[in-house]
Amino acid sequence: MENLTAKSFALREDVVNMIMAGKGGHIGGDMSVIDTLTALYFNVMNVSPEKADDPDRDMFIMSKGHSVEALYAVLAAKGYFPIERVIREFSQFGSQFIGHPNNKLPGIEMNSGSLGHGLPVAVGMAIAGKMDHSPRRVYVVMGDGELAEGSVWEGAMSATQYNLDNLCAVVDRNRLQISGSTEDVMHQDPLEERFASFGWNVIDVNGNDIDALIHAFAVAKSVKGKPTVVIANTVKGYGSAVMENKAAWHHHLPSQEEYEQIMKDLEAHKTAAMEKG
Amino acid sequence: MNKIANRKVICDVLCEKAAAGDKNIIALCSDSRGSASMTSFFEKFPEQSVEAGIAEQDLVGMSAGLAKAGKKPFAFSPASFLSTRSYEQCKVDCAYSDTNVKLVGISGGVSYGALGMSHHSAQDIAAMSSIPNMRVYLPSDRHQTRKLIEALLQDQKCAYIRTGRNPVEDIYSQDSCPFEMDKATVAREGEEVLFVACGEMVLPAVQASDVLREKGIKATVLDMYCVKPLDTEAILRYAQKASLVVAVEEHSPFGGLGSMVAQTVSASCPRKVICRALPDAPVITGTSPEVFKYYGLDCEGLVRTVAENFN
Repeated sequence: MENLTAKSFALREDVVNMIMAGKGGHIGGDMSVIDTLTALYFNVMNVSPEKADDPDRDMFIMSKGHSVEALYAVLAAKGYFPIERVIREFSQFGSQFIGHPNNKLPGIEMNSGSLGHGLPVAVGMAIAGKMDHSPRRVYVVMGDGELAEGSVWEGAMSATQYNLDNLCAVVDRNRLQISGSTEDVMHQDPLEERFASFGWNVIDVNGNDIDALIHAFAVAKSVKGKPTVVIANTVKGYGSAVMENKAAWHHHLPSQEEYEQIMKDLEAHKTAAMEKG
Repeated sequence: MNKIANRKVICDVLCEKAAAGDKNIIALCSDSRGSASMTSFFEKFPEQSVEAGIAEQDLVGMSAGLAKAGKKPFAFSPASFLSTRSYEQCKVDCAYSDTNVKLVGISGGVSYGALGMSHHSAQDIAAMSSIPNMRVYLPSDRHQTRKLIEALLQDQKCAYIRTGRNPVEDIYSQDSCPFEMDKATVAREGEEVLFVACGEMVLPAVQASDVLREKGIKATVLDMYCVKPLDTEAILRYAQKASLVVAVEEHSPFGGLGSMVAQTVSASCPRKVICRALPDAPVITGTSPEVFKYYGLDCEGLVRTVAENFN
C-alpha cells in the first residue's frame, strides 16, 4: 500500500514549486488541506480520469477554491494532467491553470472562487444521486473562514431536510484567515455544536493525519439518514515552521531563502514518513 | 380576455413533458410554488420536485448541482430575488460553471404592484445579460411562452426567463405563433417606425402600431423575447428602413433592451432611438396597467412617443 503521508509531502513540494513559478498562491491553506485531498483522491473517492463521465462517479467540490494549487497537485498525481505542465503554466498569461478551480480542466466538476458556493451545489448533486439511486457520494471541502458566508448554512439546512447521507462535507479548520484568527475575525466555535444543531453527524479529526482522515470518511459513509461533516483540525502552512500558523502566509510568495528551508523541511517530513512506513 | 398567465403555461409544459416520461425535469421552488403556478407539478411529480425554502442562494446552487449530475432543473423564484439575492450563484454556479439550469424569474418587473421596490425587478435584464454565458428571455404571451420552454428543454445551457404575474392578452394564437429560437418574432410589419419590445411590453407596442396604421404611419413590431442573444440582424433589417426606433421594456432605463437596441442601431445604421422604460426611481404604487399608463408604457403612451418624435 502506498505511503500516503509521504505522498502528501511530495505533493506539497509540487505546490511550492507551482507557487514559486506562478509568483504567488494561497500557500497556507494548500498546506493545511492537502492531507484531506490526498486521503480523498488516493483512498476514499471513486474517481479517475477514465471515469470522468461515469454517472455513478463520486463528485468533489473544492469550495475553498483558493487552495487550488493543492488540488492541481493532487489531480496531476491522479493522472488528469502532467504536473510539469501545471508548474509551467500556473497563473501565466492565457493559462487554463488559473488561481481557482475551473471545470474546463479535466477532473474539476465545478468552478469556485467566491466562497460559500460549494455546499448548496453539493446538496444538489447528492439529491440527484438519491433520485437516481446512485452509489455516488459527494464531497465538498470548505475553509473555516468560509463558514461566515450565510449560503453555507442554507446548504447545511437543506442537506438535513433531504437526509443526505451520501454527502460529506469537510471543514479545513486551520483557525486562520487572511486577517488573522477566525475566532477574532468572526468566530466559528463551537463549530461542532453548530453543525450538530443543524442535524449533521459531526466527526472531529486531526486533519493533517491521513490515516485518521481515512477512518473518518469510512465512518461518515456508514452513517445513515443524515449528512456528515468532518471537521479537519489542521495547521495552516503545515510542513514547515517557516509558514506554520502564520496568517501572513495565507497568500504568499516565499523568498529564495524561505523556499530552500521549506523544501528541506518537506523532505525531512517525507523521509520520516517513509521510515515510519 | 385570456386568463392564463405565462407562468401557468410553463408549469403545463413541464407537467406534459414529465408525464411523457422525462424523469430528469426537476422543479425547484423557494417557498414560491404557488406564486410560480407550480403547485400542480409539485403534487403530480413529488419525486421530481425540490423545495429550497426561502433561501434563493441555496435554490440556485442546488439547481446547479442537480444539473451537473445530469438533471434538467427549473428554478422558480420571484425575479426580484432570483436576479439579486442569488445573483452570484447565477453567475458562478450556472453561467461560469456552464450548468444546464433554467432560472425562471416569476412576477417580474412591476408585477407585484403595491408591494414596493423590494419586490420589483427592474434590474434583472441588465444584471443577467451582463453575465457571460447567460441567456435572457422575456416571452410576451402564453403561446410564445410554450414554444420557448419547449425549445429550452432541448438545450443544455443555462438561461434566465422572466415572466409576469398576471395573464396577458394573446398576441399570437395556438395555430399561429411563429417561433424560431433566438430570432425575434415580427409581430407587425411596416416601414416607417420600428418598435423593439419584450415581455409584457410587446402588447402595447402591437396596439400602438395598429393605432398608428390608422393614422397612416406604418410600424414594425419586433417581439424581442430573446434579449440575449439579441437578434441584431432583425433589428438592423428593419431599422434601415425606418426613420424612428422605439425600444420598450418593463425595466430600468439602464442596461436593458433599450441600451442594447441603441448600441446596435448606432453602430451600424444610426437612427433616432427612443428608449421607453421605467424610471430610475422606485415606481409609483399601482397595478401593472396603472403603472404602465402612468409612465407611458401603454398603447396611448407609445403612440404619443411616435407622434412627438416621428417626422
